[in-house]
Formats: sequence, structure tokens, C-alpha cells
Amino acid sequence: MNIHEFQAKEILKRFGVAVPRGIVATTPEQAKAAAQELGGGVSVVKAQIHAGGRGKGGGVKVVKSPDEAAAKAREMLGKNLVTHQTGPEGRQVRRVLVEQGLNIERELYLAMVLDRAQSRVTVICSSEGGVEIEEVAANHPEKILKETVDPVIGLAAFQCRRLAFALGVPPALTGKMVGVMQGLYRVFEECDASLAEINPLIITKEGQVMALDAKMNFDSNAFFRQKEIVALRDLDEEDPREVEASKYDLSYISLDGNIACMVNGAGLAMATMDIIKLYGGEPANFLDVGGGADKEKVAQAFKILLADARVRGVLINIFGGIMRCDVLAQGVVDAARELNISVPLVVRMQGTNVEQGRQILAESGLTIISAETMAEAAEKIVKAVQTN
Amino acid sequence: MSILVNKQTRVLTQGITGATGQFHTKACKEYGTQMVAGVTPGKGGTVFEGIPIFDSVERAVRETGADASVIYVPPPFAADAILEAADAGIPLIICITEGVPVRDMVKVKRYLEGRSSQLLGPNCPGTITPGECKIGIMPGHIHKAGTIGVVSRSGTLTYEAVDQLTRLGMGQSTCVGIGGDPVHGFEFIDVLKMFNQDSGTIAVVMIGEIGGSAEEEAAAWIKFNMKKPVAGFIAGQTAPPGKRMGHAGAIISGGKGTAKEKIEAMKSAGIRLAPSPATIGRTLQEAIGK
Repeated sequence: MNIHEFQAKEILKRFGVAVPRGIVATTPEQAKAAAQELGGGVSVVKAQIHAGGRGKGGGVKVVKSPDEAAAKAREMLGKNLVTHQTGPEGRQVRRVLVEQGLNIERELYLAMVLDRAQSRVTVICSSEGGVEIEEVAANHPEKILKETVDPVIGLAAFQCRRLAFALGVPPALTGKMVGVMQGLYRVFEECDASLAEINPLIITKEGQVMALDAKMNFDSNAFFRQKEIVALRDLDEEDPREVEASKYDLSYISLDGNIACMVNGAGLAMATMDIIKLYGGEPANFLDVGGGADKEKVAQAFKILLADARVRGVLINIFGGIMRCDVLAQGVVDAARELNISVPLVVRMQGTNVEQGRQILAESGLTIISAETMAEAAEKIVKAVQTN
Repeated sequence: MSILVNKQTRVLTQGITGATGQFHTKACKEYGTQMVAGVTPGKGGTVFEGIPIFDSVERAVRETGADASVIYVPPPFAADAILEAADAGIPLIICITEGVPVRDMVKVKRYLEGRSSQLLGPNCPGTITPGECKIGIMPGHIHKAGTIGVVSRSGTLTYEAVDQLTRLGMGQSTCVGIGGDPVHGFEFIDVLKMFNQDSGTIAVVMIGEIGGSAEEEAAAWIKFNMKKPVAGFIAGQTAPPGKRMGHAGAIISGGKGTAKEKIEAMKSAGIRLAPSPATIGRTLQEAIGK
């Protein structure tokens, strides 16, 4: 789960990391008042959406007066901001963050991520802040510095100093730098983050060390103990079908194609998307109904698939281990009747109670194309969609 | 022969009184696995399906000599269950639970360092040596005893591959699901090393998916060390970047962990890649020259 920049900065502040003074505004008038409140001089108006590349997309503007802040906010609010991460349709801007202007001396990069190969948290730093770290990694890999954290010890001060010295941070500011790094590590640890990034981390001419921008991402497996983080979720930023699916504990990702698929198990669901493509079709989604899905869950999954207007056919691929094929078949038949399904439906089932399942489908009176293997299923749905 | 588990393996279930624990303990027992004990704190002294239940793993091990543990404990308590099993010195710990926080697993892995216990999972189907011992949630009936080793990050996709092998008459020595989480126990390499040394395994099927770099690392190891043919498949060739595809670990981030990179690394290591998930069995057949 992602959160907004202003939310990430509130968290940072709580953990002792300095951030610019800022006020969130949802109208141009509020933006003007905010700029006034911040001193009436130079301020920055920043669109709040869950996507990177806002600066290049025109979502970050430096302004010289409260009136100009209002004008820029008016340009952004309610409009769709397009960045390289939003897709061509962009993302609607519902609020802006108005922040004090600062005298930037240096821009650094600081992030914490999980290093999967080591099963440890890694701190990543670079002297090249303000640009995307992937770019730095590709062009100047020597400018990327890393420290691995022992989970028992936490991020040690000496590790932070090692990074600070390597970054060329002035000795007088080393202490502040250590504070920022350890603060960010505490955020990562205590909030169950999966990514915590400050880019850029700035040093001002006045000798402050501050998070000018912040991005955070959280481990959904830990939501049972992170109520405050869960409360920061912004459903407006998520695909409505994905939100709907998550209510029923279904794992759904919307894609661009027209063949919907329903599968049990994440690996098999990905493989099903792959085989649709291999036979010349385009998958409309990823959907894992899970291991122990019941009739109701199958029916809900079906509704979510069909709510996508682009869908021209549905492929169901179930390898019943725990999940029984007869239960699945009944769920499919019930949902297909209720929703009056008008697109071709191919069902491929294998495993527990497959004969009973096939019988339920055959006796339903619905036009369901059945398939024995994955390849046959993919071939049939692609053909049905192309000729329909 | 086989790896990890066999007829002699004595299994205890942690979380035996929950619905999932009961269902699968029963199914594994029916398959022929020696299910010797259960653990649910507070339920010690009771019995499930003839299996004695204990309050602690330590006690269960002392009384029954269990040497493998399978965990169905809910996510908030799963890490603690692994720690308890390791503390009791259980050689093989298999965590089926899906949804364990990453932070917990980072600590668990640190705790396991220098200990004799080995961990499979979490968020995995478990392991099976067909005809001898099934520990986990896979459907037993699709397997057949034989000489092909299977190692995979997936659950149902592994069943699909196993089913293809069985239908082609190729039985399995042992199938191991290493799980779909970013931090887990056994890696591909650990399991491949065991298959390499197992006289009962003549070839291996390796099924990976997008996210992380475990497949690339395995490919690099295979290139110089593996003495047996390997066939593979990578799921998620059509997955978009930045989206978590069901499994917590299945995500392409920062342009890393794509199917393309993995397939290239595996091909250059001499692994024969199945172009389609429907031809994994056939690809293995080709790899062993049948």
C-alpha cells in the first residue's frame, strides 16, 4: 500500500526526521492562505497523487506569492496529472501540499528497502539526489552506497557515519545525518514499511538536513498490527475493481486486455495470463481466488470480472487441490445465471471432484465451453473472442 | 531415494486444532505420513484423530521423537511458531501459513543462523515424497513415485506441472514448494544441491516466477555445479511492473525481477525452458532425451 507525500512526511516528523513546514490545501483559496501562513514569500505547490515523476509532469511549482500559489493550485486541482508512472490517462489531483521554500545546498538520496537475497533491510544512499535512483544505478553505479542492517542491532550509528562521510556530508552535520538515517530506519521497522525513500534528502545553506520529498510503501501482511497506517489508505488512488476485490479477499489486478481470467493460486494465475498471450490473446486481469474459495467468493469474483466493460470472454482455470471442482462449478453456474453472462466462457478444471464439477456445468443448460488442458482452454477462449 | 522427507519422517503439526490444521493433518495421515503429534498451547492432553496434542513443541518432541514440524498457525503467531520449533531443535520446519509479515521473517532468519533447523516456507504448499510422506496442502493423488525432482515458488502451478509429469509416466522423487514470500527458508539453490546429491533423482523441474533474483542465482549455480538435466518455467511473463501478483514476492520493482531476465539467465545456464505452462512435462522429457 502506498501513501501520499504529505502523509509520509507526517510520519517522518513523528520519528524525528525534519521536513519543510507545509499545509495541505484542497482549494485555491486554501492554498493562498497556506502560502500566507508560511510567510508569504517563496513557497512550493505540490500535487498529491500516488505516483512518481510529478515534477516533470508539471505537478510541482515554485511560486513567489500567495496569489501565485492560488493560481498554480487552481491549475492543478481537479485536473488529471500525467507522469511516466500514471499511464496516459493520468491521475486526478484532489489536494496539493503547499510548503515553505528552502535554500538548497545539496541534494542526496536515502532509502531503505528489503534486500531479498540477504533477508535483511538495506540502506541505500547516493550523493546524486533528486533524480531517480534507477538512473543513478544504471549510469553511475559507483555513486550508490549500501549498508545492511542486522535486525537484532538495528541500524548502528557507525554505519550511518560511514555513509555520511562517504557522501561528503560536512562533519558538523554528521550528527544530524545519523539522526535522519536512524529515524527513517525506525519508521521502516516500526511501521512495517516495505519501502521508505527520501529523495531528495537536502542540506540547506543554513545547515539543516531535511526530507524534501518522501515515498513510503507498506507490507499488507502486517496490517493486522498497523491500524494507523491502514487508516492512511486513499481508495481514490486505487483501481475501483481492485478495491472491490480486496473486500472479498480476492487478489485482483486490472490489465489492459479483453480476456478475463479466474484462477486458484498466484503462480497458476500468472501462468494463465502468459498462456492467453501465447495463443494470441490479451489478459484483462490477474485474479487469484485463493485456495479455499467457496461458492460466494467465486460468484463475487465473477461479478468483478464482468464489471470490466472491455471483457469479451472469460477463462476459468482451476487446479483443485483443496478447492473442490464441484463447489467451483456450482459457483460459476449460479453467477453466470444471475449475471446473464453474454460473453464466451471457457472452463478448465482439474483435481478433486472434477467429474461432479463437469457434470454440474454440463447439466446447467448454459453455453459453457469446457477444456481438458490449459493449452486447450487458452486456444478455445482466444478463438471464441476473435470470432465473437 | 528422495530428499528432505521419507517413510521414516515423524511429523508434528503446530496449530493442529484450527480448521486448516485439522483438515490437512487428517489428509496427510490418510496419505500415509507418520503424523505423531500436534501442538496447540492450552490444548495439551487432548487427542485429534488418534494424534496426541501437547502444549509445547519441546514437550511434543520429547515424548514422540518428532523430527519435522508443519505450521498452520495464523499469520500473527506464525513467526513465533517457527522460533519455538527451532528452539526445540526440530531439523525440518515447514511453514504453510500465508501472510506472515516480512519484518517477522527477517528476524526469524536471523534466529535460525547457526542453528541446525532448516526452514521451508512460509506461504508454501510443503513437500512430498510420493508414496512415502506428504507434509503440506498439495493433493496427494496427482503424484507418483519416481525419479524427477520438482522445486517451485508456486503452489497450484506446481500441481499443474506434477500432473503433467505423472500423465507422461514420469514419477517424482520429491516435490518441494519453497513459497512465494520475499523472505523465506530454503532457496532454489539449497533444494537443487540436495537433488544433485540424491541418487534417486535423475532430473529436476524448476518453476520460478517474477520478483527477486533467486532464479538468476540458481541459474548461476546450476551452470557450474548441476550434474543432472534441469527443465524450467517462469510465470509472469505478461505481468506489469510495480504490481504485486498475488504472492508477496511476485513483483517487478525498479525494472528488476522480470521474467525475461530470469529466462535469459536460465537459458544461458543450460536449463531447458518450457515456452508454455502447458508443456512443462514435455520439456523435462526432452531434457532427459526421452
